[in-house]
Amino acid sequence: MKLIEQPFVRRILNGRAIWPLLALAVILIADGFISPGFYEIRIVEGRLFGNLIDILYRAVPTALIALGMAVVIGTRGIDLSVGSIAAIAGAMIAWRIQAGDPHGVVLLYALGAGILCGMWNGMLVAFLGIQPIIATLILMVSGRGIGMLINLIYGGTDPSFQSDFLQWLSTGSILFIPTRLYVFAVIFLLLWLVIRRTALGLFVEATGGNAAASNLAGVNAKLIIFAAYLICGLTAGWAGVILTADTHTSDPVSVALYIELDAILAVVIGGGSLAGGRIYLGMTVIGALVIQALTTSILISGLPPEYNLIIKALVVLFVLVLQSDNARRGIVSKFRRSP
Amino acid sequence: MNILKPVTGAAVACLMSGAAFAQDYTIGFSQVGSEGDWRPAFSKNMRDEAGSYGVDLKFANAQGKQEEQLRAVRAFIAQGVDAIIIAPVVVTGWEDVLEEAADAEIPVFLVDRDVDVDDKSLYVSRISADFNLEGKLAGSWLATESLGNCQIVEMQGTTGSAPALERKGGFEAVIDQFPAMEIVATQSGDFTTEGGKKVMEAFIKSTDNLDGICAAFAHNDNMQLGAIQAMKEAGLKPGEDLLMVSVDYVPAIVDAMEAGEANASVELRSAVAEFIYPVVTDYIDNPTELDKWIVIPSDLHTAD
Repeated sequence: MKLIEQPFVRRILNGRAIWPLLALAVILIADGFISPGFYEIRIVEGRLFGNLIDILYRAVPTALIALGMAVVIGTRGIDLSVGSIAAIAGAMIAWRIQAGDPHGVVLLYALGAGILCGMWNGMLVAFLGIQPIIATLILMVSGRGIGMLINLIYGGTDPSFQSDFLQWLSTGSILFIPTRLYVFAVIFLLLWLVIRRTALGLFVEATGGNAAASNLAGVNAKLIIFAAYLICGLTAGWAGVILTADTHTSDPVSVALYIELDAILAVVIGGGSLAGGRIYLGMTVIGALVIQALTTSILISGLPPEYNLIIKALVVLFVLVLQSDNARRGIVSKFRRSP
Repeated sequence: MNILKPVTGAAVACLMSGAAFAQDYTIGFSQVGSEGDWRPAFSKNMRDEAGSYGVDLKFANAQGKQEEQLRAVRAFIAQGVDAIIIAPVVVTGWEDVLEEAADAEIPVFLVDRDVDVDDKSLYVSRISADFNLEGKLAGSWLATESLGNCQIVEMQGTTGSAPALERKGGFEAVIDQFPAMEIVATQSGDFTTEGGKKVMEAFIKSTDNLDGICAAFAHNDNMQLGAIQAMKEAGLKPGEDLLMVSVDYVPAIVDAMEAGEANASVELRSAVAEFIYPVVTDYIDNPTELDKWIVIPSDLHTAD
């Protein structure tokens, strides 16, 4: 049967992309019932202000990390150390500002730290052949300690800082729209160009699909994998910059804690497979928005915090069940039987 | 429950008799680890003050592991110290080692967290601050300041943690006395600045710019500092639009109080050696039955 001949409903139900979007829509509609003024958007202190803006705004760090994670997962890898990399980048900021560097240079230090961390992971996975989950676990457990040691370099008792430039990047705005959304848009666009308008994306997906075969086909699988972790380190560094500049405090113990799990979830909700071989950048961002919309709804719902994680788990389970081929086939067959 | 009375007399006598010569008491102290700001400050205070109470302190850092703690306590028993102080990592699993200490006739004191043992005679006393009292103090201040009429938003600590549960319990125990005081929104900010900021951002939207809200109670200062940032970014004035009360009294909240952005903070003391050593050394000299919990008093500091 040709695709064009399928009934409209079935065509939509067969498409993976519809489920995360549907989940996002359902969450946002439910929010309207929970909180009457949910969709209201005003201008406060020179920037747009409202729950919908909050969801975009707060989703940026997770979405940034999820983009890098999507590339790594595309190589059939995983990066558990992203939260720790963000913590190291944040500690770099507090330290270099304390040391008196120009704040543009401070930003480069933080991103450089992210890239170095990514290269470290990439080296362990690509060149030493250590399994990704173990290789990145090393930095995951040690990274926050490294962040604390960086804080100790300058005493570290009061790791808060002031930086007009970095705080503008994180909490400022251009034409009423938060600066961090522009930052995210630029990073997304660059990454999309690199992945989709060069052969890199194809190579990554080929490597993730079958590393040996793609190697035989002339793809330097090791270099591709190394590059994937480097990209992930860079996006995690950016997330660290946004998060640390947000509270202008370096807090390696708790900044971006468990963000790796949200990032992996975002990739999977967006249709990525942990078996590798696929990268969906746009859908990954939708995945991150689903998670943040959920978090924001729980915060405004007035439910006791004990329920937060349970509700999140249930909604994620629901989305993933809808995405599963078997469950979807079940639903589609229901439509087929109806006249 | 008994609030510790200052035992300055004994301390001074101790200082004069012992400090110049060999230390009078050998005490082993098994500390949890060095996480956060408070605990290292607590450890440093215990070490710095030991000499002035005639104490030779054997300090063991357990790096957050109970098996390290058990090993350290057994080492103290083997060394035949005069007393053992434990800041327990977890509440369970202490029976065996406490019995070994009892067999060696070494008194054991607990500081900070409690232990869960059926036989309470296995330790002499727990000397610690009372999270519940901290919540009560914050609630009492707010009741006075708002004349018993206040809609409150609350930022809880990590869900299920002892400080979060007890600070909330103490706070609610006080505000329940006032029919016009009510917590209208409460969420967990995980004791972090980032968490407090996110939670306050959501509160601002769900309560229509904190309309009708009179106070924000945070289970620690870090969350309150995040809440202050969120309010400022939304064009609100923390400290004026809302009464801001929290717990810990860290340097950054002192700055915020001076800037008029926070109103009150309950101090979580790290300088507690002056409350611990006199009790322990007195007991070594003269073992008498003590209360099972000696509460270190909490102070509430206000902006003015």
